[in-house]
Amino acid sequence: MACFLVPMGEAIATSVVQKGMEKREKKVSGERTKNTGLNWSRKLSWLNKLLWGGTILLALEHVWHGEVVPWPPFLTAMENPADVAPMLHEMATIGVAMAITVTVVWAIIVMIAESKVKAITEAKGTPVSGGE
Amino acid sequence: MWLIITALAAVITTAIWYVKAPEDKYKLGLLSLIFWGATLMWFVDHVMAYLTEGGEFFEINLDATLLGFSVIILALLVWLIVLLVSDPKGVLKRVLKGQRVFQGKVQQVDFVKSRVQLEKE
Repeated sequence: MACFLVPMGEAIATSVVQKGMEKREKKVSGERTKNTGLNWSRKLSWLNKLLWGGTILLALEHVWHGEVVPWPPFLTAMENPADVAPMLHEMATIGVAMAITVTVVWAIIVMIAESKVKAITEAKGTPVSGGE
Repeated sequence: MWLIITALAAVITTAIWYVKAPEDKYKLGLLSLIFWGATLMWFVDHVMAYLTEGGEFFEINLDATLLGFSVIILALLVWLIVLLVSDPKGVLKRVLKGQRVFQGKVQQVDFVKSRVQLEKE
């Protein structure tokens, strides 16, 4: 019904955070960032691409199935008060599960990438500094 | 069916990206992440629908197949727009400036002069 709105909300939030991170990293280029080559804005850009990509394609599926229309209130479930509660339930279950799954997969990707970069840095013999 | 088609597109795009890596001039990383994002979300949707409602896991019919191909087209369209806006080869920039590359050298094209020459001929 409108499950894609939950990942979309997360995508908006992470996009804002990523932009903020980019500005911050430009101002303060820390030692750790220089050594690992993986900064937070880059890592968040992967999450944003996963979330926005999924949201856009799921939106098309909802349009295809007539659940989203180009005129207000945009969601056909909103036209009938009886459909609002099931829609919110779907968002709270499937939508939240989608957002969590994508975020968990992204966290695994980040962990693997970090460990690979760490291994490369250690092999080169340059110490990784900056443990907070 | 759209889940299968999108997952297949994600695998193919990731394989092509890996072959070309670490260079990602044509933003294939973006395209593969778009496909993976949608694949993950639809996978969760299918699993939850299967657990709660039962029935068939994959919807295999003409409508679902057409939706699958429409999804691929939309993803390619988004990727193409991002690619053209970022213009990694600088093609659009050169076209707008009226330049062309001839034998590896950038040349300025005088459109007015070439038009006059064509009219004379």
